[in-house]
Amino acid sequence: MSATAEKTGYVGSPVKRREDASLLAGRGTYVDNMAPAGTVCMVVVRSPYAHARVKSVDLDAARKADGVVAAFSAGDLQDDWKAAMPCAWPVTEDMKNPPHYPLTDTARYQGDGVAVVIAETRAQAKDAAELVEVDYEPLDAIVDVGKALAEGAPLAHPDLGTNECYVWALDTDATGQKLEDADVVVTRTYYQPRLIPNAIEPRVVLAVPGPHDDLTLFAATQVPHILRLLAAATLGLNETKVRVVAPDVGGGFGSKLDVYAEDLLALALARRLNRPVKWTEERSENYVATIHGRDFVTEYTLAATKDGTITHCRGRVTAAMGAYLQLVTPGIPLLGAWIYAGPYSIPNYSVEFKGVFTNTTPTDAYRGAGRPEATYVIERTMDALADELGMDKLELRRKNFIAEFPHTLASGLTVDSGDHGASLDKLLELLELDALRAEQAKRRENKSTKQLGVGFSTYHEMCGLAPSRILGAIRYAAGGWEQATIRYLPTGSVQVITGTSPHGQGHETSWAQIVADQLGCDIDAVEVLHGDTSVSHAGLDTYGSRSLPVGGVALTYAADKVIDKARQIVAHQLEVAAEDLEYDAGTFSVKGSPDKEMTVAAAAWAAFAAHDLPEGMEPGLEATATYDPPNFSWPGGAHASVVEVDTETGDARLVRYVAVDDVGKVVNPLIVDGQVHGGITQGISTALYEEGVYDEEGNLQTANLVTYLVPSAAELPSFELGRTESPSPTNPLGVKGVGETGTIAAAPAVINAVVDALSHLGVKDIQMPATPERVWRAIQEAKA
Amino acid sequence: MRQVALTVNGTRHELELEPRELLVYVLRDRLRLTGTNVGCDTSSCGACTVLVDGESVKSCTMLGVQADGAEIKTIEGLATNGTMHPVQQAFHDHHALQCGYCTPGMVMAAVSLIEHGEATSEAAIREGLEGNLCRCTGYHNIVLAVQEAANTMGRTS
Amino acid sequence: MIPARFDYDVAESVDEAIELLAAGGGDAKLLAGGHSLIPAMKLRIARPEKLVDIGRLSDLAYVKDGGTHIAIGALTRHAAVAADALLAEHCPIVSHTAGQIGDPPVRHRGTLGGTLSHGDPASDMPAVVLALGADLVARGKGGERVVPAAEFFTGVFETALAPDEVLVEVRVPKLGASTGWAYLKANRRAQDWATVGVAALVHRDNGSVAGASIGLVNMGATPLRAKAAEDALAGGSTAADAAAHVTEGTEPPSDQAGSSEYRAHLAQVLTRRALEQALGA
Repeated sequence: MSATAEKTGYVGSPVKRREDASLLAGRGTYVDNMAPAGTVCMVVVRSPYAHARVKSVDLDAARKADGVVAAFSAGDLQDDWKAAMPCAWPVTEDMKNPPHYPLTDTARYQGDGVAVVIAETRAQAKDAAELVEVDYEPLDAIVDVGKALAEGAPLAHPDLGTNECYVWALDTDATGQKLEDADVVVTRTYYQPRLIPNAIEPRVVLAVPGPHDDLTLFAATQVPHILRLLAAATLGLNETKVRVVAPDVGGGFGSKLDVYAEDLLALALARRLNRPVKWTEERSENYVATIHGRDFVTEYTLAATKDGTITHCRGRVTAAMGAYLQLVTPGIPLLGAWIYAGPYSIPNYSVEFKGVFTNTTPTDAYRGAGRPEATYVIERTMDALADELGMDKLELRRKNFIAEFPHTLASGLTVDSGDHGASLDKLLELLELDALRAEQAKRRENKSTKQLGVGFSTYHEMCGLAPSRILGAIRYAAGGWEQATIRYLPTGSVQVITGTSPHGQGHETSWAQIVADQLGCDIDAVEVLHGDTSVSHAGLDTYGSRSLPVGGVALTYAADKVIDKARQIVAHQLEVAAEDLEYDAGTFSVKGSPDKEMTVAAAAWAAFAAHDLPEGMEPGLEATATYDPPNFSWPGGAHASVVEVDTETGDARLVRYVAVDDVGKVVNPLIVDGQVHGGITQGISTALYEEGVYDEEGNLQTANLVTYLVPSAAELPSFELGRTESPSPTNPLGVKGVGETGTIAAAPAVINAVVDALSHLGVKDIQMPATPERVWRAIQEAKA
Repeated sequence: MRQVALTVNGTRHELELEPRELLVYVLRDRLRLTGTNVGCDTSSCGACTVLVDGESVKSCTMLGVQADGAEIKTIEGLATNGTMHPVQQAFHDHHALQCGYCTPGMVMAAVSLIEHGEATSEAAIREGLEGNLCRCTGYHNIVLAVQEAANTMGRTS
Repeated sequence: MIPARFDYDVAESVDEAIELLAAGGGDAKLLAGGHSLIPAMKLRIARPEKLVDIGRLSDLAYVKDGGTHIAIGALTRHAAVAADALLAEHCPIVSHTAGQIGDPPVRHRGTLGGTLSHGDPASDMPAVVLALGADLVARGKGGERVVPAAEFFTGVFETALAPDEVLVEVRVPKLGASTGWAYLKANRRAQDWATVGVAALVHRDNGSVAGASIGLVNMGATPLRAKAAEDALAGGSTAADAAAHVTEGTEPPSDQAGSSEYRAHLAQVLTRRALEQALGA
């Protein structure tokens, strides 16, 4: 019967998104679209200096300007803060975490807030902000991560006496053999530039005071639950008095995974002024006021036997924290700490991370967070090692792939499942490498000015944050569980409440697919609610490719509970034993008497009417499940890129990108492919276009979308995707995370291709991003 | 202040504007047509693209007073009688939007490109959308959607 | 993203615009398409006290055959220039280059007169009109005067226009079949300004090269002619040899898009390629 067929099998189907209709009609609910009566607008006055003492702030002229409601400097608001701004990840016991507050009297990065102006309109607030007179005493600034620990370097926090924030290390020594004694040792040093996330919706907050000393914060955030908890703590409020709502959110990529000064300022000022306070970030402001990513210097070593068996890997990382520790700043390097051996079985493992302060915008999670940084150095060095060994780059990879799963890494964690050989095989099918190599040879022979290069990246990553006990062991302050509630309403519709907080990922669609399949109902009967702490009381939000492998899995356990309760009701009503009922797609039937059946929907009505429920059973058919994953999820795959490099201008253009990913079972292939497209684009862009650059004084030189190059459609090709599928054995859906895989894999594939295109000219390395000038210089240097 | 009259999605509005009010803020704040988004401040991202007298324009780079007498179409005015415009439909069918924030501008830019007969190939579409930035989709599905919409609208050459 | 306050007037005629500019005493700026001015005003880098909007002077939007030249009204939008059949026939380097400016929404609003009057050495069109030896017609209180392109661009964002003058027309020569042309620019993203751009025209006489003119984008404070390279080509040098002279007299800037040294290199590569293209090689 077709109706039944339509009711099941949603999981795995390319169901079109239910989120689209309102967004395509221009009816999105982004925070900046809200304007409750009486709203006043906030503008933050920011330090133009990277490091400066604020000698005085004169607010008189601003306070007298048209429409101004109030203006404050740091000292005026100090009593509003019951705690410094939060960092949830003190990675070591002795980590240095100098306190910082939403406004400061010592600016430690360009853009640090020193005063705030509130006016009736945004134009008035901006005009008045120009009248704030700040007297600065500029101080020496440390900007370069690579120089932060040098003798005599300026100090971002002179009181600490050092720029070192922490040192964290993980070492294993499985074989007792020294790295230096290996047949072949390859060491390379890489700088991974600072990246600026650039969600197209900048940050926006609107704090609305309520009638009961309560506050509602509408925020363009990925983390309404975390924000509620920490905003309440910072402001000294009872957590029940703060409601956080994340309506439609225009992208995040980690940059909205934070507790920002403006969130706290808006709440504090709404409380003081008893009026709704709104702050809308401007794009150029976003460049300095919203977290950055990367900015790592890494020395990485691989050691191998002559036959290409890799015996050791060693990473020595210096990671910029920026001026202060934001929510998870110090933990970002650690998110890659267990995967510095890549998808390879390497017995001896050593990584060390030094976090350092610099007078720059704080860094924090940007798509991939720690794992792109690891994958980049591994995959670049794999190519270098292959060259050193005189071995084919793919053969070296295959020889060292982890072959059996589950596999316990030398770093200590266990990879759930995978098949790297299968991914690489599929990649090569799609790529047609022989034809590319022939074309490459032809162009080399012709001395063409358009050289072709092919680069690879085979990877795995750990995501699906995260098992709470592991987070505890590495000193993260909270857990990694997720909660879901399913409420079967008497009229047959199903309300799903999730603790995840989507901002483009399509959870409303995917979660409905999962629930509709399990409850055997029509997908349109399922409504998914999220992003409002007064609706979704508990959750840990969306980041780290966690939503499906943690939040999606929580749904299945909640659905199991609903079905279990329905089974009791049906058994009672049909007067059979619960064990005698068979469940299939929303209907219970009695074993041996297939005509005796009752649906979950009917049980929902019975649970609502409560006329005839089993003795002691509570009315209503709903259940909540909180799922704490037993392991991370471990996607992997093989990527290849093909670039064309103009050897005269140095211009490197991507001509093909082929990606084969293994993300376990796929709930919605349309959405999964979309995540891969977006992810690889950010990795490609890292390799070819994006770079946050400061001058020596700490002035951001790439402070808007003109100078910081987010690529358009015109710079990119269409992508060629393939998939292999190793279901995760750790959850009933068999799913893994997918949101970050592309970004993790892509950058080294592209740079490896650029180097491959020029290898016959003697080029061995190119600094990311491979700008035309850098490529041209690399060619000149190789010639010299 | 200056008196202007503009027609937006077929409705005439008489407004008194401060000259410095950008068209995008006139649409958003004065007319409460919040479908047109602001993504940057350097005329780079195209999130605010609308049609002015039939042509795609970044509404952050035009003063409201410059639009006096103009016919403006925004994302809110694209569907007819509740039926999506072919570009909107193709974006839905091809999963050409994720967070949706760049989408109104991207859709309006695509409508203009197709109506000008310039969406003739993948390369032409990619070039034609050079002024609209998306951070979620990698453009792959946007390009597919625009190709399909151009076919549907019979404007591929 | 909100400009500072300013006064605003709409000019109903060029003469009225000139009067309003004069009354503004140097603090007034002309507003045409606004695609150079408004972005700067949004960031409050530009804070004119008064704008005189000439965007409605539709009689300044035209492309006409002027006999030996094509006359383009200053308010002709880039998209219209790019699509113009007369230009495509007689001076295709102008229509081709107009299609390379910014992105489609920018080309729908930005005007030829606006981009030339703005005097940005990184813009495409100034170098093209310079290479063409175009005439720019300015109207002021005393009437019209013709300024050769070679005298029009005087510095970064500076032109020969007086504060109360309006650029009203651009006259570009008709190029015969014996003139080859190319406009090449290098940029990172399609929407970006040129790191370097090269406009090249090669005139032939009975098959041999009789002369060349080369205009450079973003190689100094103004668009520049590359005289030494032009002379070398006219004197019989190959495109490559002529291109080697292209940096003489230039002072390329250093910025995020490239160092001065890289720009100098890039100008040579692009000039050689542009000349080869113009020569039909």
